[in-house]
Amino acid sequence: MSDRSVLSRLMQHDLGSRIFLGLLLLVGAGMPLAHLLLPESSFLHPSTYTLGLVGKYMTYALLAISIDLIWGYCGILSLGHTAFFALGGYAMGMYLMRQIGTRGVYGDPVLPDFMVFLSWDSLPWYWLGMDMFWFAMLMVLLIPGLLALVFGWLAFRSRVAGVYFSIITQALTFALMLAFFRNEMGFGGNNGLTDFKDILGYDLQATSTRIGLFVVTAVALGLGYIACHWIVRSRFGRVITAIRDGEGRARFMGYRVEHYKLWLFVFSGMLAGVAGALYVPQVGIINPGEFAPLNAIEAVVWVAVGGRGTLYGAVMGAVLVNYMKTYFTVAWPEAWLYALGTLFVVVTLFLPRGVVGLLESLRRRER
Amino acid sequence: MNSIVARLPQTGSIIALLCYLMWPMSVHAESGAHADNGGVAESFAQEERVQEANHDDFPALLAELATASFPRKVALVNELQLRGWPGVRDALAGLLEGDLYYQQDDADTVRVYVVSAQGDAVTLFDPVTQQILERDAMTGLRRITTNNPLRRNLRGAVARFDLQDASPAVRRDAVAELRRGLDDATIALLRAQQAHETHRGVARDIDVALALHDLEDADVAVRLAALEVLSGELGNDVYNRVQRLLATDASGEPLEPDAAVRQMAGRAIERIEQRRSFFGFLETLFFGLSFGSVLVLAAIGLAITFGVMGVINMAHGELIMIGAYTSYVVQLLMPNQIGVAILVAVPAAFMVSGLVGVLIERGVVRFLYGRPLETLLATFGISLILQQLVRTIFSPLNRQVQTPDWMSGLLRFNDVFAITYNRLYVLIFMFIVFALLWLVMHRTSLGLKVRAVSQNRAMARAMGVRSDRIDALTFGLGSGIAGVAGVALSLLTNVGPNMGQAYIIDSFMVVVFGGVGNLWGTLIGGLSLGLGTKLVEPHVGAVMAKILMLVFIILFIQKRKQGLFPQKGRSAEGH
Repeated sequence: MSDRSVLSRLMQHDLGSRIFLGLLLLVGAGMPLAHLLLPESSFLHPSTYTLGLVGKYMTYALLAISIDLIWGYCGILSLGHTAFFALGGYAMGMYLMRQIGTRGVYGDPVLPDFMVFLSWDSLPWYWLGMDMFWFAMLMVLLIPGLLALVFGWLAFRSRVAGVYFSIITQALTFALMLAFFRNEMGFGGNNGLTDFKDILGYDLQATSTRIGLFVVTAVALGLGYIACHWIVRSRFGRVITAIRDGEGRARFMGYRVEHYKLWLFVFSGMLAGVAGALYVPQVGIINPGEFAPLNAIEAVVWVAVGGRGTLYGAVMGAVLVNYMKTYFTVAWPEAWLYALGTLFVVVTLFLPRGVVGLLESLRRRER
Repeated sequence: MNSIVARLPQTGSIIALLCYLMWPMSVHAESGAHADNGGVAESFAQEERVQEANHDDFPALLAELATASFPRKVALVNELQLRGWPGVRDALAGLLEGDLYYQQDDADTVRVYVVSAQGDAVTLFDPVTQQILERDAMTGLRRITTNNPLRRNLRGAVARFDLQDASPAVRRDAVAELRRGLDDATIALLRAQQAHETHRGVARDIDVALALHDLEDADVAVRLAALEVLSGELGNDVYNRVQRLLATDASGEPLEPDAAVRQMAGRAIERIEQRRSFFGFLETLFFGLSFGSVLVLAAIGLAITFGVMGVINMAHGELIMIGAYTSYVVQLLMPNQIGVAILVAVPAAFMVSGLVGVLIERGVVRFLYGRPLETLLATFGISLILQQLVRTIFSPLNRQVQTPDWMSGLLRFNDVFAITYNRLYVLIFMFIVFALLWLVMHRTSLGLKVRAVSQNRAMARAMGVRSDRIDALTFGLGSGIAGVAGVALSLLTNVGPNMGQAYIIDSFMVVVFGGVGNLWGTLIGGLSLGLGTKLVEPHVGAVMAKILMLVFIILFIQKRKQGLFPQKGRSAEGH
């Protein structure tokens, strides 16, 4: 019961968060139930495709939250957040690759197909242990976290901030993309990791597994949201916001600005890694294209569209923009980049606080 | 009767075919008959037969050349090159290039011309009378055909003439040509030339040719002396020939009997390899500078918009792309003057990209001054729109911009070291653009105002500078320069909707590395990054070199946040 009271205290005076968590509960529990219980002919019956799509959106929403946490609350614009997302995804992909076992095209019990194809005779050291789920999940957190730690430490210590930080994070993800494209890296090169069979012994194609993944993603999104919410509401969060609004002043008041930024950045990177790890089994592939700077900047736009500085805004933006993308790429593929580009311009020029800001100003006008 | 006449051409072609089939036999018969006399004697015998036919005048020889069989043509070429008539070289060179034509008039007189066609006008050069005739069309002219053995023969023949040429460059080419087929006659010719050759380079080439021949000599001393000459010589033929001295036969016995010669050859190879690696290094250096010049060109517009104005323009790459497409369109509009089109494209691309830049500034960027992260996102959106626009207008496929003649080809220093003209021109072009930009920024009132606004906007406005107008012009200038860079890049790579993205990260890296707000920093930064990448590339591969470059810059910015050349004074605090 005390948990609930902490949660309800956390959500006090925060209508948006309450609505979001309510909706998430509805979607996370309702959609799987509707899928299982309602007949296929029913209007409310979600297809497996819809479930997969919503599951994907939820991982994007988690990524958006991780970006909003540092950009919206601390003013750090990372154009390389998909690097953490993709690294988490690769860690999960490696686990799934090892689960294929002898069912690959070449039937090698240890080596993934692409390594046999490259005629490697043993696993590279960094693949060791990835057949164990707990170890792989640890890596999902540790690898993005470690990269964020090293990179953030280097950057914040020498006070690289603002657009400089944005540009070097973009260079980081670009460099990683180039590196992962190389066959010698041992991550499947151009094709990446794919052809997964099962996770923890459950067949990935089975509906029950998909529903399980869906629920896990919803839970992860909810927990991630609450954690971020707790962080920004805590004393730590207030310092973070203070740094966003006046870094120099925060420093002069005696706060170690670099440390605050660094820990927030590491947490955000790990969150993005988790999102990537949940994304891969649902989509069935991870390749170096996920590192592309365009993806990272697109994710930033989700946050901008939704409204940065509010966590539910980030979620809303991620779902909204991705729904648009799904719609456009099917109905009118040539127009998608026009729409996306226009969205960038319109949001920055006319909606500095995103859709959430728009709704709030409308509500205020009504009063 | 009629049917026979109608079938005549066909009959003729059958006879020609028969002749062609029987030709190898006749060659064998000939060479068989003269095998014991050797090559010189053979050509001598052929000369005799030419003289037997009593063709002692130039027009008659040329006339026979026009229609003779290929072996006969070889004999005639051998005969012609021994005569001192003016115009022989023109005729032989024309035949080699496939420009030699003949015309048969009603009286069966055959006249031979060197023909050059330009557009619709045809120019005929009569080698006998040394006169030039103009024609409207090629009617009545038939090309004198050649085959491979004949062309080989012709190359030697033309080289013999060129050996007497006044220009040392022509003489060097001639020696290089003769070096490909060294026989006794050629050696004699070269020795004769060596005696009165005054140009050192040509004399050296002749020495090498003679030394190559001397390596076959039975006398050990001669071979040693020849190796002395060949040591450090860079020609591929020399390297291979000397290498052969060190080879062993199937049983492991060295092919070269003399130990001293073998030792000397080893030393010569060592020296050659030393020089080869030196020139290889020079080549890497040039590649590095060339890549650096591309980086500088791509980044220099950004050095204005980002460096001086502080605007993050993510659409910079697309402005480069627009410049490249402008160059493509100008070439489409002027298909007959590709060389001129490139020169026209430079100002055109400046105008087009500059205009787009001004539109971006007036339409979007000016509302976002002081909000760099928003500027970044908005301009990125613009870059997506521009890319898609180009895809819609020109198709998503890559387009090729043709390189004009004077820009294609190789500038050869020796067999190891050669640089392509287009890369050389782009390097020079980069320096010109840089110099002009520097002059604009430091020697014009526009540049003064730009710097004033960037240093202290309020003060500049107080002094009467219309800062918003200056903002638009500065952004236009930076964008225009990006367009000009696009013209240069269109000559090196394919022009496609994605080409801008390839340069945007590199450009930012160069500007940040060089130091924001500093044109010299961009120049030095770009060139050194280019050099660094190409120096590392042979060891780790292209992709890894790029990754290392990015990692290096990321680490470098940790150490020196302000780049290579930090801004000093008050304006530095703004960044």
